[in-house]
Amino acid sequence: MNVPADLRYAKTHEWIRVEGDTVTVGITDHAQAELTDIVYAEPPKVGAEVKAGATAAVVESVKAASDIYSPLSGTVTEVNEELSGNPALLNTDPFGQGWIYRMKSSDAAEISALLTPEAYSAQIGQ
Amino acid sequence: MSDPTLLKHSPLEAAHIACGARMVEFGGWFMPVQYSGIMDEHKAVRSASGMFDISHMGEVTVSGPGALVWLESLLTNRVGKLAVTRGQYTLMLDEKGGVIDDLIIYRTGETSYFLVINGACRDLDLEWMHSHLPADGSVALEDQGNDYAAIALQGPDSEKVLRSLFPSCDVPKRNGIAPLVDSEGAVPSLVARTGYTGEDGFELFVPVKAGIALWESLLSAGVKPCGLGSRDTLRLEMGYPLNGSDLSRERTPLQAGLDKFTGIDDPEKGEFSGRKALEQQRAGGLPSRLTPLKLSVSGPPLRSHYSVLAEGIAVGETCSGALSPSLGEGIAMAYLPPALHSPGTSLEIEVRGRRYPATVTTLPFYKKPTL
Repeated sequence: MNVPADLRYAKTHEWIRVEGDTVTVGITDHAQAELTDIVYAEPPKVGAEVKAGATAAVVESVKAASDIYSPLSGTVTEVNEELSGNPALLNTDPFGQGWIYRMKSSDAAEISALLTPEAYSAQIGQ
Repeated sequence: MSDPTLLKHSPLEAAHIACGARMVEFGGWFMPVQYSGIMDEHKAVRSASGMFDISHMGEVTVSGPGALVWLESLLTNRVGKLAVTRGQYTLMLDEKGGVIDDLIIYRTGETSYFLVINGACRDLDLEWMHSHLPADGSVALEDQGNDYAAIALQGPDSEKVLRSLFPSCDVPKRNGIAPLVDSEGAVPSLVARTGYTGEDGFELFVPVKAGIALWESLLSAGVKPCGLGSRDTLRLEMGYPLNGSDLSRERTPLQAGLDKFTGIDDPEKGEFSGRKALEQQRAGGLPSRLTPLKLSVSGPPLRSHYSVLAEGIAVGETCSGALSPSLGEGIAMAYLPPALHSPGTSLEIEVRGRRYPATVTTLPFYKKPTL
């Protein structure tokens, strides 16, 4: 499973990419493989307040609906509109075109509490 | 069944693991939910061939001079219609007309029958059957559930595959049953031309020790391993009910639209368990009817237990639902007031607090393209 070195990870299998004061959120390669064929994605709304560890989005495979937890607290600034027409991007490019939403973090300390790539790799048994 | 040590295991489990199956608990069994992916498996069955482990289903043999009379009293459909080698879909009801199980019964000899019952209710079914056996010893009932490994070979290429692997098999016609190979003894290998996908196909019953070899020969013939996930989407596209979701002790087959599989309109069918309740219900009017629904917009996959609304008022909930892989649309079934059963009726289905427009449609959801 791919675990890019430039990201931080939540125990619940989400990743964040920090660029300036914008944070991009998605699900990991491990998560998409576990979820299997993703057929529907429901990202948060732009402007929504999200809380670290609380449900921010839902993705659904044929078999099950799964909550996606926000790794950080803050405000949603952009959502990936491509996912509504092509939810399979979550499977095919989870760290790239399959991103789910962008946000402004309200608590920088939460970032350093997330897992490093090494720690996340260990968690998923790699 | 949350205690994993109590899970029942299929004789084909090692083959599933070797095929990369994702295994889950289903009705007390540890079974494959998918291998290559539900979409891929679903499409293989619609376009070529796929195989499902159905060893969790129960096999019961009934024989003896009193077998026919007893089975007529136990099951809804008229067993007397069956010629030797023929099978039919039927139901076993309690006195209130509630569904204990839906099953297929095949007549395998003059006075012998082979019943295939649902995996999740094997014990309950057998208990019910035993408690209703005549005391005079005229009927022999044998639970063969642990003697058989069973594989459903489904899809338009099934017959070609079956003939290539079993050239001497006298391939049965639709709903028929035949010996798969020449075999003697208490556990004969059988092939029935039945299934749960809406495609042509066969259900193969072989002694447990021959199960893995059969799986592997089908695999080498190019048949795609398919799990319970695609089995569910395939059956739902056809509108076939699943006991435990769409059928239960709380509803009758009339509410489920299965009238033609009950003998109540058949002048030659006599008394059977549940008959009086069905007649009373029909006379008094059905309280609800199993209604096929389709999402009118693109939206989330439908699932069970989603609220269904008419003009903003909750009128029922979905008992089965899916994103139909063949149609790319959300489909579901729900027990709704009969007034809402007409095709074209506009309703809404609520998913996570959002309401999506839905329309009452007709079964099957998926109609095979005509060539």
